[in-house]
Amino acid sequence: MKLTGAQILMQVLQEEGVDTIFGFPGGAVIDIYDELDKTDIRHILVRHEQGAVHAADGYARAGNRVGVCLVTSGPGATNTVTGIASAYMDSIPMVILTGQVPTQLIGNDAFQEVDIVGITRPCTKHNYLVPSAEAFPRIIKEAFYLARSGRPGPVLVDIPKDVAKAVIDYQPIEEVRLKSYNPTYEPNMKQLKKVVHLVEASQRPVIFAGGGVILAGAAAELTAFARKVRIPVTASLMGLGAFPGTDPLWLGMLGMHGTYRANMSTGACDLLISIGVRFDDRVTGKTDAFAAQAKIVHIDIDPTSIRKNIPVTIPIVGDCKISLQHLNQLIEQADMADVEQKRQGWLAQIKEWKNTKPLAYKQEDTLKPQFVVEKLYELTNGEAIITTEVGQNQMWAAQYYHFDQPNHFITSGGLGCMGFGLPAAIGAQMACPDKLVIDIAGDGSIQMNIQEMATAVQSGLPVKVVILNNAYLGMVRQWQELFYGRRYACTGMDCAPDFVKLAEAYGAVGLRATKPQEVESVLKEGLSASGPVIMDFKVDREESVYPMVPAGAPITEMLLV
Amino acid sequence: MEETKHTMTMLVDNQPGVLSRVAGLFSGKGFNIESLCTAPTMDPHISRITIVTKANPPVIEQIEKQLRKLVNVVKLRDMTGAKAVKREMALICVRARPDLRAEILRIVDIFRCKVIDVGAEHYIIEVTGDEGKLKALINLLKPMGIKKIARSGTLALYREPK
Ligand SMILES: Cc1ncc(C[n+]2csc(CCOP(=O)(O)OP(=O)(O)O)c2C)c(N)n1
Ligand SMILES: [Mg+2]
Repeated sequence: MKLTGAQILMQVLQEEGVDTIFGFPGGAVIDIYDELDKTDIRHILVRHEQGAVHAADGYARAGNRVGVCLVTSGPGATNTVTGIASAYMDSIPMVILTGQVPTQLIGNDAFQEVDIVGITRPCTKHNYLVPSAEAFPRIIKEAFYLARSGRPGPVLVDIPKDVAKAVIDYQPIEEVRLKSYNPTYEPNMKQLKKVVHLVEASQRPVIFAGGGVILAGAAAELTAFARKVRIPVTASLMGLGAFPGTDPLWLGMLGMHGTYRANMSTGACDLLISIGVRFDDRVTGKTDAFAAQAKIVHIDIDPTSIRKNIPVTIPIVGDCKISLQHLNQLIEQADMADVEQKRQGWLAQIKEWKNTKPLAYKQEDTLKPQFVVEKLYELTNGEAIITTEVGQNQMWAAQYYHFDQPNHFITSGGLGCMGFGLPAAIGAQMACPDKLVIDIAGDGSIQMNIQEMATAVQSGLPVKVVILNNAYLGMVRQWQELFYGRRYACTGMDCAPDFVKLAEAYGAVGLRATKPQEVESVLKEGLSASGPVIMDFKVDREESVYPMVPAGAPITEMLLV
Repeated sequence: MEETKHTMTMLVDNQPGVLSRVAGLFSGKGFNIESLCTAPTMDPHISRITIVTKANPPVIEQIEKQLRKLVNVVKLRDMTGAKAVKREMALICVRARPDLRAEILRIVDIFRCKVIDVGAEHYIIEVTGDEGKLKALINLLKPMGIKKIARSGTLALYREPK
């Protein structure tokens, strides 16, 4: 079959089941856009390429599939870098297609030429400059295979304009095989049996779940395991939703802004079963003091995650879902008869931590950001898909919205990239048209990709933005308050747009609340609107996120309200 | 924990950008490179990269895992110790005053190396050997005045079963 490179791309995208692309056109990708327009693939026209990548990220996470974006060469490509870095840190399956100047011009400083493969080498799982039309079909196939297999991640394919135009004889590629790339899915059974023995022997066990559990689709297996062995569960920011947030065994989030009981029980546990985590410094605090009394089990598909930051007793390389399935079978034969009784003391201790130091904030007359999130949780029955920006808003969302299901909390965890939430919400809404999708935002972050409101309006995506507006770069202000003698250097956002009018200018709905009594009615009105809405909550300006572990301190040493 | 020197070789896809992936991994993760060599193998699609690095055991473990994770790295082997033969080549330009010429030539002879360029004021000496041999030679020549030196970095091959 004689096809152009652009036509081949469409063929492979359809073979890979791609039905949605987020992108922004330009000279180097006109040929591809010309063909894209002839297919059934939906294209979401963003307003900035960073938005395209975050949207593909939200789409991938909410919809459990590979996100795809398409941008032009040069500035189009460089605008994707932050989004790619965020997806890389959070292991999100994604394929980024960038246009490139024609092959014979590469290296000439041609118009809109940039070495995007060189630029993104350290923040992609892998990347390609397509060297010829003949190599193109295999490369796109490999890109999708790499993006979704093993530890997922973004893969970039840089497509010179002549490759998109060239006509070649297309032979579909049936199977991708890379001799140097063979992720280990099956865990070592001997190691898993050791885990079962440790579970039997332990007095104070804790399970620590991360984003890997969600990526592997292993939340149900994890939940079954934890309930069977009656072990309380904590999670990283990325792991929220891997275990039901309303289950009595749920400890809350771990780490710098973790709950008192999660941090204390990790400090006191004698066994920490860590699954799909990478022991980020925001989770561990001072590493020497982290889970210092515990034997540590670490299950992860990426061998480099294991023993990178934390020494482990039992390393297990394997897929989280397969490993948990095996564990669930092995545990059937284990001696668990008196587990209920055995856990009594430990669970009672945890309950006491929960009762004496619950997640809390000072109830005052002012409008508290935590109250807004609590109300939002209540009014949505905890069933919404929540994306976040970065900063205090992100932490309050993580603390006060409780997730019973995976793939419902979508945040830039590793990179912590402001401007993530709105485009990610757009992507999530594309993946889940029937769900309520809400971006919990800060007044600073929302302005980093506010232009995507136009995307939401144009594409008819009814995303809701809840701005916790403290007129500060609040999280930085909080550090200045606590550790820099209250010197608020350059964190006051004294000039901001009127977000209500701004929403209206985009053709969306804008609402505002300034008092606690107005929160419920604004939320009700905003959430029930049929189109996109911005809700501006003027919250207590100097509210801080607690608990807080100062950077580098042991996580059991928390500042509390 | 004590840092030790490790020689690692890897077979990689012979494609543009692969060396940059390997070198970029070292700089990006803060690993150290003492020397690095690369050239094609008998299979034109495959190149061999040899890297000498110095780190403590957990970091060595990370380096190996991170290298294996690169999609273009087909095979990796730690060549440290006696299980592999290792050689390095150096070209040493040494000041050769008339009264020291005989002494230099005697050293060249003892080390079984070669003089490959001669001038009124200098010799260029070609030497091949393991790290210890190169070090010893350089130490002996130093007092005479080494004007310039070019070293290849270490190459290594696993010994075949005897
Ligand atoms: C792109 C980017 N720039 C800077 C930062 C550093 N930073 C982290 S949180 C934060 C404050 C964000 O302010 P806002 O969105 O208003 O959120 P708040 O903390 O007030 O809820 C900043 C500047 C970042 N995370 N991302
Ligand atoms: Mg703010």
